[in-house]
Amino acid sequence: MKTKTHFAFFDEGSKKEIRRAILKAVAIPGYQVPFASREMPIARGWGTGGLQITLSIIGKQDVLKVIDQGADESVNAVSIKKLVNETTGVELTERTQDASLIQSRHRIPEVPLSSDQILVLQVPMPEPLRDVEASEYVTKRLHSEDEYSGAWLMLFEQIMKYGKTATDADHPVYVNNRYVMAPSPIPRFDNPKMHQSEALILLGAGREKKIYAVPPYTDVESLAFEDYPFTVESFEGQHCHLCGETDVFMDELIDPDTGETIYQCNDTSYCMERLNKIGKAEVESSHA
Amino acid sequence: MGYVAVKGGTVAIEASIKRLKYERLKSEEIIEINTIKYTMRAMVDQVISESSLYSPFLAALSIKQAEGSMEEAVFLMRAHRSTLPRLYYSQTVKSESMLMERRISASFKDIPGGQLLGPTYDYTHRLLDFDLTEENAEENEQWLQDYKKGLESIVVSDDVQYFPKVVNYLREEGLFEEYEADNTPPIDITKESIQFPASRSARLQVLTRGQTGAVTSLGYASLRGYGQVHPTVGEVRVGSLPIHIEHPNEMEQDAEDNFYIGDFKVTEVESFVPVTVKNDNNDDEMEFEIGYGICYGQNETKAIAMSILDQCLEHPESNFPTHDEEFVLLHIDSVESTGFISHLKLPHYVTFQSKLDSIRQIKKGVQEVEN
Repeated sequence: MKTKTHFAFFDEGSKKEIRRAILKAVAIPGYQVPFASREMPIARGWGTGGLQITLSIIGKQDVLKVIDQGADESVNAVSIKKLVNETTGVELTERTQDASLIQSRHRIPEVPLSSDQILVLQVPMPEPLRDVEASEYVTKRLHSEDEYSGAWLMLFEQIMKYGKTATDADHPVYVNNRYVMAPSPIPRFDNPKMHQSEALILLGAGREKKIYAVPPYTDVESLAFEDYPFTVESFEGQHCHLCGETDVFMDELIDPDTGETIYQCNDTSYCMERLNKIGKAEVESSHA
Repeated sequence: MGYVAVKGGTVAIEASIKRLKYERLKSEEIIEINTIKYTMRAMVDQVISESSLYSPFLAALSIKQAEGSMEEAVFLMRAHRSTLPRLYYSQTVKSESMLMERRISASFKDIPGGQLLGPTYDYTHRLLDFDLTEENAEENEQWLQDYKKGLESIVVSDDVQYFPKVVNYLREEGLFEEYEADNTPPIDITKESIQFPASRSARLQVLTRGQTGAVTSLGYASLRGYGQVHPTVGEVRVGSLPIHIEHPNEMEQDAEDNFYIGDFKVTEVESFVPVTVKNDNNDDEMEFEIGYGICYGQNETKAIAMSILDQCLEHPESNFPTHDEEFVLLHIDSVESTGFISHLKLPHYVTFQSKLDSIRQIKKGVQEVEN
């Protein structure tokens, strides 16, 4: 009893259902469309929402890039890439510019995306109001009534407690001036990249059974007060110890030899490309 | 550095998977899938119940592949299920048509049709049977022959006997309220995501797919005090039910033309739950209601726990967590709960860096104020 897996794993009926949910999500920016999340060959909470979107929209001509925590080579990215490749045979890439489809956990690439690319973000907790309201029934109603005082109050309370807003990754955003959306646990640093993005951004939460979207050229505004503006993670005065870059999200590492804190680009393919460019320039200049 | 950003992740993963295979093969013992299918009945039944895919063979295969881990086996089955096209909905099954293997009532001694103990561990002494260490095929065959010989004196009736439901007998006495049959087509929670408040059909589907341990624990919690349902088991039935589907293309549907596509074993439970209701004079009155549980295979504890939770969720007004449908329904699924718990093993470097930044900024702010 040997069976061969269907193209892109799913049967066609399942893909169609998911694509319908995606279309609805694109039509209503930031609105969480419930969908019948299928059980996947990877675990719930490991990117099944993103994977379901990827598998239902991928075609044979697509070129896929998968990132986890900024890295193409991280275990989960490798595992997801392998699964998609085994069931579709599509080409894989690490270069952001070469990918037509990018699935990512926790990061938006440093290289700006273009209008012929789709970014798929994996979302563990799609509900931006879950911290203030446990019930799904209630949060759904709050969204429908544009009632987001809970989210604002959360920020206000942080200011009262700590003197500033103290959100970390997944800082809530207003999409198209209507829905407050959890941007997936991307660092605050990446929130501005969603605003007027040229690429379509699709967000999938498998366990929570929601799909939502930021269509291209849509306003995305991080929640903040006029006197307490939105701030991103600070890497002021730091630079990548490999490529020397400054204006990127960085990982903090300990130099095993000196014990000092050093910084490194979190987006590994971006860093690699810069290193190659620097290397090439050096080689060329030495020839001259 | 951790296991994320290092080049060579692919090699490490492959080595890890190879090592996993080694762990399964290293003793050089091989278990046949049929051996699992026929001798690990309880495990197979639990897997088909939690994965909602009725295939004892595939369940046995998944148990072999998962080295006996229930959460892995269910996970494999559910993932496989996602690749299968769903072509038909079956006709409504009438559980009175069950071919009974076991049927007991804890409410009445004399139930119409009688009690039928069937195969159960309930009356065994849980003493390790060391004879099993020396089991052999000849002795097994001898035992089987003797067993069959013992049954020879029983005269087989030509008629199939169906057992009436215990509750129908009580309904006739007026102890249970008569309800109109609700023939609204059930929603299919595998094709639509569950919305709250959930319909009863959705609730029952989530409960029947629930992780055996989780459903049992929450049912137990309700019984112990974190809930207000303490039932008496009206009827537990284990047996097989025939499945029919309509002709897919015929315009005129006649029950006679339906296709029989096989049968499947289920455990069905009806629990009787006393509830207090207000009568016309606004006085408190006692009345019985039914808690319903059904699941694939022989899983009696799970089905009984399901019947408790069904009744809990029918009465959401209480402050107890077992009466809160979001609390119960969103947390008992094996694939969802184990998946999300296990995702904590994935790297969280970016979110942690972000949190670190936030905490540092706050601490900095506090020091400035103090200075």
